[in-house]
Amino acid sequence: MTTNGSGPLLEVEGLVTRYPVPRGIVGTLARRPRERVHAVEGVSFRLRRGEMLALVGESGCGKTTTAQSVLRLVDPDEGAIRFDGTDIMSLSHRKLRPLRRRMQLIYQDPYESLDPRFRVRATVEEPLLVHGIGSKAERRQEAERALELAGLSPAALYLGRYPHELSGGQRQRVAIAASLVLHPDLLVADEPVSMLDVSVRAGILALLDDLRARGLAILMITHDLSTAARYADRIAVMYLGRIVEEGPAREVVDNPQHPYTRALLSVVPRPDPRDRVAPEILRGETPNPVDVPEGCRFHPRCPLAIPECREVDPELRRPAAARSERHTAACIRV
Amino acid sequence: MSGERVLEIEDLHVWFELGDGRELHAVRGVSLALEGGERFGLVGESGSGKTTTILAVMGLLPPNASVAGRVLLDGQDLLARGERSARPHRWSDVAMVFQGAMNAFNPVQRIGDQIAEPMELHEVAEGKEARRRVAELLERVGIPAARASRYPHEFSGGMRQRAALAMALACNPKVLLADEPTTALDVMVQAQILELLTSLANDFGLAVVLVTHDLPVVAHVCSRAAVMYAGEIVETGPVEALYHEPRHPYTRLLYAATPELHADGDLASIPGAPPRLDRPLAGCPFQPRCDRAFAPCTEEHPPLLGVGPGREAACHLNTAVREVQA
Repeated sequence: MTTNGSGPLLEVEGLVTRYPVPRGIVGTLARRPRERVHAVEGVSFRLRRGEMLALVGESGCGKTTTAQSVLRLVDPDEGAIRFDGTDIMSLSHRKLRPLRRRMQLIYQDPYESLDPRFRVRATVEEPLLVHGIGSKAERRQEAERALELAGLSPAALYLGRYPHELSGGQRQRVAIAASLVLHPDLLVADEPVSMLDVSVRAGILALLDDLRARGLAILMITHDLSTAARYADRIAVMYLGRIVEEGPAREVVDNPQHPYTRALLSVVPRPDPRDRVAPEILRGETPNPVDVPEGCRFHPRCPLAIPECREVDPELRRPAAARSERHTAACIRV
Repeated sequence: MSGERVLEIEDLHVWFELGDGRELHAVRGVSLALEGGERFGLVGESGSGKTTTILAVMGLLPPNASVAGRVLLDGQDLLARGERSARPHRWSDVAMVFQGAMNAFNPVQRIGDQIAEPMELHEVAEGKEARRRVAELLERVGIPAARASRYPHEFSGGMRQRAALAMALACNPKVLLADEPTTALDVMVQAQILELLTSLANDFGLAVVLVTHDLPVVAHVCSRAAVMYAGEIVETGPVEALYHEPRHPYTRLLYAATPELHADGDLASIPGAPPRLDRPLAGCPFQPRCDRAFAPCTEEHPPLLGVGPGREAACHLNTAVREVQA
């Protein structure tokens, strides 16, 4: 299934995705101007096979919209998305279909993503049926292979069960198995462990890590920097529709450059009560993405802001104190 | 810390009737004592009974629940005569902040009126005086007083949680029960709310019970904590001791499953799932998932015993080690 082995599997360039804000009947009658949510405003990144990239940020930063745009679940306004060398921005939904098999989404909540009326077998075989792949026996075999790959072994033990007979961790493994039956090259995991109990999270994350080691490219959406630091190869920190810092995961966490990343890391609670850092708590909340500040979008909350920051919209570049060639931040002050 | 016990829970049990004749024994003999001004963490995973415990203290359990044990507030038993003994203390002495504050507010009533309601109910203040107090409380939690006339849906998640704190403080309680107060919030907003919670507890001399699944949040806010599993407290002690020298395998594994920003080792995952609580349990409830289980664990239920100053744990390993040493 590989055609273009050496280049990046996924290339995103200058992605822009905006949503119209519903005006309501009153707004429509009053002919209020149409407003748009600037969900994603110029995002670029690359993802290779066997690599995990974590898109990290708070709600409204655009991380989920970025992922949905990559999968063409929403239609982007501008930019380019190349999957294995093919520009998928301009493809019709019909032409997109064979490519879509190769990119799969894992949802956050395994309590909602699995149909409670379907046995495990039906859930895992469903994508094969939809794509008209294989005979009945072949589909069964594929489903068993996928379940075992997802850590539900022996598969025969699980095929006949319903979701309510499974624990949260097992449900998420079934959801992952359903995404693996089509032999995808790219997995997009949207907060894959945030709904699960702490004691089973590591198992799911280790499974994703194992799939990555087998050559899958994984785009993980998360708000959890500790998890991203431990499991991702690279981290991209998003704020108000932009990537504001990107680099090798350890480097971004141990040597953060952008003032937003620094603040975010300083407020992550630490399990060791002796491990105290002075939290740098930003006041207020992230501005509404309908009304993005001029200049640097972070300047109204930034502790380092100077007058110039109100005018210059900074680009990602290598900061002076970066220890890695591939570490970039969008800030004129670092 | 005043050293005086403001809240004591003694051998609390809660059962839920499941309708088909079965019963779920959700809280199984929980005891804990809270000193004035203390911040105490109640930690556990889903189904461990931590929320049910504090709902029992508030007297807010659903009708299919039955309760046994004692909840002493300044020596008075809140459970003695059901609703009649709970009501005078609810909100006035013991207040609660709920997970995802959306559920705590009535969507069609103005925030200010809702904060004033417990004051009027307990005759703390009414009319103009109540409105003045609402304004004061809102400002204290970082909400402009003018927003008292707004509705809950006009507030962000963080703002609603601030308003919930203002409402909890309306009648000057001694004890605040906070159920996952930051779980649905972003990390920066979480930091704001935890900072606010800590400063309110200090200023008002509040004792706080923080219920959460999040060990780092407890380490950040609380001085002592109890770890719950399958309806029981399995270990309790100062948070530093729980992290650095856990005396129950579940505590140790929970910390080992929690990622740390700057550490790189493998995270632990605990195989299996908690036991069903609608059936009798034999032996230690954690035994099937435990990496240190030995002979007595399948047979005998380990009692919660002292394992050091201010520390207790319910694990046969502690007594076995002591016997070997003696």
